[in-house]
Amino acid sequence: MVNAHRSYILHISIIGMLAAMFFILPAYHVGNLSRIMVLAVYAMGFNVLFGYTGLLSLGHALFFATGMYGLGMAMNTFNIAAEPAMLIGGICAFLVSAVIGFLALRTSGVAFMIVTLMFAQAGYLTILYFGAYTRGDEGFVIPQADRMIAGIDITGETARYFSALFLFSVVFLLIMYLVRSPFGHTIVAIRENEERTRMLGYDTVRHKLAAVIISGTISGIAGAAYALLFGYAGATFATVQYSIFPLLWVLLGGAGTTLGPIIGTIFMFYLIDLSSTVTQAYMLIAGVVLVLLTLFAPQGLAGELRRRVFKWLP
Amino acid sequence: MVAVNILTTKGLTKNYGGIKANTDIDFELQRGKVTALIGPNGAGKSTFVGMLCGRFPATRGEVFFEGQNISSLPAHKRIQLGIAYTFQITSVYSGLTLLENVAIAARRRLGKDFASVTEKVDSVLAQVGLSDRAYQIAGDLSYGHQRVLEIAMGLAQDPRLFILDEPTQGLAETEIDDFVKLIKSLAGETTILLIEHNMDVVMRTADQITVLEFGKTLASGTPDEIHRNEAVQAAYLGTAADA
Repeated sequence: MVNAHRSYILHISIIGMLAAMFFILPAYHVGNLSRIMVLAVYAMGFNVLFGYTGLLSLGHALFFATGMYGLGMAMNTFNIAAEPAMLIGGICAFLVSAVIGFLALRTSGVAFMIVTLMFAQAGYLTILYFGAYTRGDEGFVIPQADRMIAGIDITGETARYFSALFLFSVVFLLIMYLVRSPFGHTIVAIRENEERTRMLGYDTVRHKLAAVIISGTISGIAGAAYALLFGYAGATFATVQYSIFPLLWVLLGGAGTTLGPIIGTIFMFYLIDLSSTVTQAYMLIAGVVLVLLTLFAPQGLAGELRRRVFKWLP
Repeated sequence: MVAVNILTTKGLTKNYGGIKANTDIDFELQRGKVTALIGPNGAGKSTFVGMLCGRFPATRGEVFFEGQNISSLPAHKRIQLGIAYTFQITSVYSGLTLLENVAIAARRRLGKDFASVTEKVDSVLAQVGLSDRAYQIAGDLSYGHQRVLEIAMGLAQDPRLFILDEPTQGLAETEIDDFVKLIKSLAGETTILLIEHNMDVVMRTADQITVLEFGKTLASGTPDEIHRNEAVQAAYLGTAADA
């Protein structure tokens, strides 16, 4: 199992590199990287469903926002401490993804995309409708004093960076483990040929539902962590835009690779960051780069690496 | 005492809209034998076996496997009981290696036991003569090899009943010979139901033959009986066997 060892070493060294970045990079980029790591967790959650199971959801913002509001409202409305609130965010996302998965998996292909999109829109409108509690578009700030984990104030740059890195590492390693497990192989089999997989005796519906729940829960935890670390929850995070972002990150980085989400998120974040210093029409530059990448590296950056150099990449 | 028949059907019927693909088929499959299902194109052979393994839901009628009524079980549950099915139109994981293709088939039963999955995959690939191609991508194989891989994926499940839908379609003569040898080596422990157009293969392998025509059973019996049956000759063999 040489490939398994290589893969462990690779994943551990990426976590090590990210830890080292804190000491190397200037403060501005350290702040960016904290944000990127949390968003990469979101992308990794999305990748479980899109990259590995082959199901394209256009409504993942719903899960992200569910986690965010689960934590945010627990802390703000019910004055619950950060740790249990984090758990509540995760549980909310788990429940919502179970229900949405159960309903949406009655469809497939384009219909699945549309159904998930519609559910997410319904979720967004629900947040606006209950503006009295959610503060709608305006959102709400989670007071700095409450943002403590195990007695550590996580609003400071150092604590925030390492909290984000901790969460990222846990999910990163979890997914590395998941894709090597029999479950991981089965969802890839479903992606490659669902009818074949069913006729080999696998309960494909149950596997797909599990994939939606794992994906939705990870996305929700990312949402909760985002609210906790950056102190803000708002309806913007439930918009279509936030459903499309993880798709772009994953596509750019490489769908169905463990490294794709983090690579894609870093790439896209800095692409927008750098191009906006050059021109106001930064989305134009971002768009052109996206088109070029899709043309010349359709499997994303990590996918292309796997194809050309490291065939063993998980 | 073990029943003679591993699988039986009663009044199995499938209608696609107004088209009657299968009408009231009563069928018995003898344990440990090779049974060939033959009949002209459009006779409803694929539909029939599709209903046996649950790929298509039956309009009405019942299927019994090992004495258990499996009519209401979904496909994956039936497969889990020990029925393996190979597709008429090759359906392998074209983006994955041969090794992984067979491993997916073996893993359903063997699960987390990596050692036995590996062992099973190796032995099956050796059995069908694809060992030296284990790391190739299935989609890059020749058509004939993909057909063989399809069979290997069935074997990896250690089925009690192995249903093969036109396995020799598009195979070269030498590959067909290998296939016949393989089927003969399986007979006895595994019950085999074979849909087959190649009458030579049928006559060399089958212990029992069932003939379907227009979605109904025309005749059932040993190859000799079928060969002598006038209704069958008129419908089918008269042209195909002499060809």
